[in-house]
Amino acid sequence: MACIHRITAEGAGPMNKCQRCPKQATLHITEVLGEDRFEEVHLCEDCAKKYLYEPQKKAAAAKSAEVLGEGDEPDAVGEKQCEACGIKFVEFRNHGRLGCPHDYDAFKDDLLPLLESVHGDTKHTGKSPRRLPRAKGAQLELAQLRRQLQQLVTEEKYEDAARIRDRIKDLEDSA
Amino acid sequence: MNLDSLLPNLGEWLRGTGPESDVVVSTRIRLARNLVNYPFTNRATHHQKAEIAGRAKEALVKADLPYKLDYLDISGLSPLDRQFLVERQLISRELAAVLDGPRGVALDGKESVSVMVNEEDHLRLQVLRSGFSLDEAWQDIDRVDDALEARMTYAFHQQFGYLTACPTNVGTGMRASVMLHLPALGLTKQIDKVFRALQKINLAVRGLHGEGSRAFGDLYQISNQVTLGKSEPKILNEIREVLQTILQYERQARAALVKERKQAEQDRVARAIGTLGSATMITSEETMELLSAVRLGIHLNLIDDLPATTVNQLFIHTQAAHLQKLMGQPLDGEERNAARAKYLRSKLRELGSHQR
Repeated sequence: MACIHRITAEGAGPMNKCQRCPKQATLHITEVLGEDRFEEVHLCEDCAKKYLYEPQKKAAAAKSAEVLGEGDEPDAVGEKQCEACGIKFVEFRNHGRLGCPHDYDAFKDDLLPLLESVHGDTKHTGKSPRRLPRAKGAQLELAQLRRQLQQLVTEEKYEDAARIRDRIKDLEDSA
Repeated sequence: MNLDSLLPNLGEWLRGTGPESDVVVSTRIRLARNLVNYPFTNRATHHQKAEIAGRAKEALVKADLPYKLDYLDISGLSPLDRQFLVERQLISRELAAVLDGPRGVALDGKESVSVMVNEEDHLRLQVLRSGFSLDEAWQDIDRVDDALEARMTYAFHQQFGYLTACPTNVGTGMRASVMLHLPALGLTKQIDKVFRALQKINLAVRGLHGEGSRAFGDLYQISNQVTLGKSEPKILNEIREVLQTILQYERQARAALVKERKQAEQDRVARAIGTLGSATMITSEETMELLSAVRLGIHLNLIDDLPATTVNQLFIHTQAAHLQKLMGQPLDGEERNAARAKYLRSKLRELGSHQR
């Protein structure tokens, strides 16, 4: 998993040279190698593009770093998928963008260390929507219904599934 | 809204007034918001983006605010108009030229409020204020946010706050930034020191056009990085505190310049005006560098016949899209350099004749 920010302007000082070429580093990449272990990379735009298309090398690096770790499932995390939007964790890792709001729950365990490293915290404080209680209830119900729907489809209980689907639609329309 | 009608105006952020305006050009706050029950923009289908844009447009034009918001469909704008909005800081380069599909921006008449639709997040609310004005900017954007939230349901998480496409924005979804003109710190080679201190406390420094852009004309933007775990007022306070220190450093450096090498500075400013008023080809970068010297000269009282707002006007009008609109025709790079020089010559001559 990688979290990417653009950082400095040119005036921001000499300490941000690209680690692979003489150009100025404009991207700051935080790689999450495993539980609570991170690697920070500073690269220019071009090198960063190349870097991000190096999945094998990155997986290998992660694996070698994890050599004392849990055996040979290097990318079980990457294959995790959000049931709401279908994005795989590896896609987020490669592009730095999540697919839908539900990903924060679907990938929660893997996002927590990243949030901790970027923000130094994992709990929001501050403004919340005024209409929160109602909206939150509906969101929770929707998430539950979606999971239920998937379960029913895999069990081939299509009539029940259709009922749930209609309920989801109603909730979505009223939102 | 006819965009050409904005051309003679300076827009809120270049008004050149407001608190601490000798150093702080403008204050900006943006909020990232997403609608519940849709994928984020990068994963939304064309159809979903159209739906999001439709809902957002309705909420924006009906929003209960003391002013009206006009909604512009970006795909309906020419590349020149889009660039024009980028130069006026009303939309991002991404919304203008990188992203595709249904997307738009809503603007108020003063160019203080803008809401981008289907940028990286479904909604990117922005408020611009002239000078150092974090509290007012926060009050403004908080109100816009409430007005929109009354008509749309945001994706909000009990633990993580406002959910965003990139986890670096999650929580408050707020990025507050101040644009600073720091020529004296640059001249006295203290600027790197200031920035290293800033990065240690998690504030980011960027050039004029935000992420990844260069710092032209001694203009820098300072903004918060952290969006999760700190409340909006707390984040704003941290920026406010740091800013007091930077203001103090820049003003000290300016005072030292006047004290120790007034003559040399006077000469530098006079030469800058000379070049601006007589060049026949000039790039946008050089223009910004020279205008930076002139702006400093005004605040050091080394010149008294040029108002600061004129510098701002020259600054915005000499950017590519503005220049082409003023000249009424598309111009390539070389032609722009000639047109820019011509514009500057005639403007400065006009000013000179007014004064005498």
